[in-house]
Amino acid sequence: MRLACPICGTRDRREFYYKGDAVALARPDPDAGAAAWDSYVHLRDNPAGQVRDLWHHEAGCGAWVVVTRDTVSHAVLDVALARPEAGGVQ
Amino acid sequence: MRFSGLRVLREGLTGNKGWRPHWRDPAPKAEYDALIIGGGGHGLATAYYLAKRYGMTNIAVLEKGYIGGGNVGRNTTIVRANYFLQGNSEFYSHSLKLWEGLEQDLNYNVMHSQRGLINLFHSDGQRDAFVRRGNAMINQGDDAILLDREGVRAHLPYLDFENTRFPIYGGLLHPRGGTARHDAVAWGFARGADLRGVDIIQNCEVTGIDIENGAVIGVQTTRGAIRAKKVGIAAAGRSGQVAAMAGMRLPIESHVLQAFVTEGLKPCIDHVVSFGMGHFYISQSDKGGLVFGGDLDFYASYASRGNLPMVEHVMEAGMTLMPMIGKAKVLRSWGGIMDMTPDGSPIIDRTGVDGLFIDCGWCYGGFKAVPASGDCFAHLIATDQPHVAAEKFRLDRFRTGVGIMDEEGTGSQHNLH
Repeated sequence: MRLACPICGTRDRREFYYKGDAVALARPDPDAGAAAWDSYVHLRDNPAGQVRDLWHHEAGCGAWVVVTRDTVSHAVLDVALARPEAGGVQ
Repeated sequence: MRFSGLRVLREGLTGNKGWRPHWRDPAPKAEYDALIIGGGGHGLATAYYLAKRYGMTNIAVLEKGYIGGGNVGRNTTIVRANYFLQGNSEFYSHSLKLWEGLEQDLNYNVMHSQRGLINLFHSDGQRDAFVRRGNAMINQGDDAILLDREGVRAHLPYLDFENTRFPIYGGLLHPRGGTARHDAVAWGFARGADLRGVDIIQNCEVTGIDIENGAVIGVQTTRGAIRAKKVGIAAAGRSGQVAAMAGMRLPIESHVLQAFVTEGLKPCIDHVVSFGMGHFYISQSDKGGLVFGGDLDFYASYASRGNLPMVEHVMEAGMTLMPMIGKAKVLRSWGGIMDMTPDGSPIIDRTGVDGLFIDCGWCYGGFKAVPASGDCFAHLIATDQPHVAAEKFRLDRFRTGVGIMDEEGTGSQHNLH
């Protein structure tokens, strides 16, 4: 598997650390309540199909990237720099 | 049809004409007392124990593929009870005891082989951790023997004892650990359940779960609607999709774990050996193939196949530990879909829907759990109360933070196990 880092270009999967679902970009408000935090930390849609997940280019430029992938075919559809998302608190 | 030595002899002398299919192939009925979604090891064992212990024989197992075609036929067949934390400890201990009586119970040869499992350690700190684990195992009533370096050498003379990066300090021997023939376990439970009247319905994918007034009333399938007031989900890596049909999101991310087997060799590896520092474990099947594996590929996947970086890592770890296997040719590799929970421990619990139960989150350790998972899930479905050996496998432990079972001590968060 290769990921096209928007800064460095196409690099081997081994340069990247996998964080998980890109839900991490929409961190709830500290007072959002237990259900919102449970959902953010633990619960996952976990689809067999298209996902957006967060990877860290730790052996490259250090950027966090959002990878749009297909979990069934392993096809990488898009790689973009991670940005805070609407509804989230940074 | 009972199996026995005499029967094998008689069939052998009469042209093997008396063997029959091990289970029926019934069409689904319109209604059952209970349904199990998923005909893997856990689902079949659940059906078996529901029928055997709780007299629930008007039940069906719904399998979207064929029996033995999922993770129960894709794992590395290791059976052990060497857990440390309360909750896991009593559960796997219960499971190993069921394994030890399983062949007589099922009248089926699952080739359970208690050849001994050795977890190697490579530093003083790791030794301390293994001493502690060994004591926990003994306290639980299971067996553990601490081996020093020479003790390991007596068992495993073929290891590289000269390795300077990972010197072998010793190992924790779990004599009752071993392996079993994985698909025979599926077949044995399927046959045992079928003999007690359970319908095993293959090629029957559940496409919806019907809920009325907060209670389950049945399921929709590719072979029509089926009514039941009790439904158990035992869908392993696909748990998330099945739970979504009931409007649930689970604390599960599905990952791929690869495994490998070599060409058949003369007997050379007598035990199950695990090398935690390189994350590599190996045993030899009765057919002669070296069966081994390593870590997850570490990204969400349903592909049932992995990528080359982990293949390379596993081969390197194997060569580091036992250079002799370098001459063996790898025949094939494959991947299984692992239902990973944040703390690495499983879930057997009720859901927010009355009559709907879930058994999932087995991570990469589901095979050894098959008998106890079936026994405990059957208990929960039949009595609506958790089995004493699985009462800590709560679904809400992540939300409440109470009763997290993080066996590795790495944190309760996705991607850490």
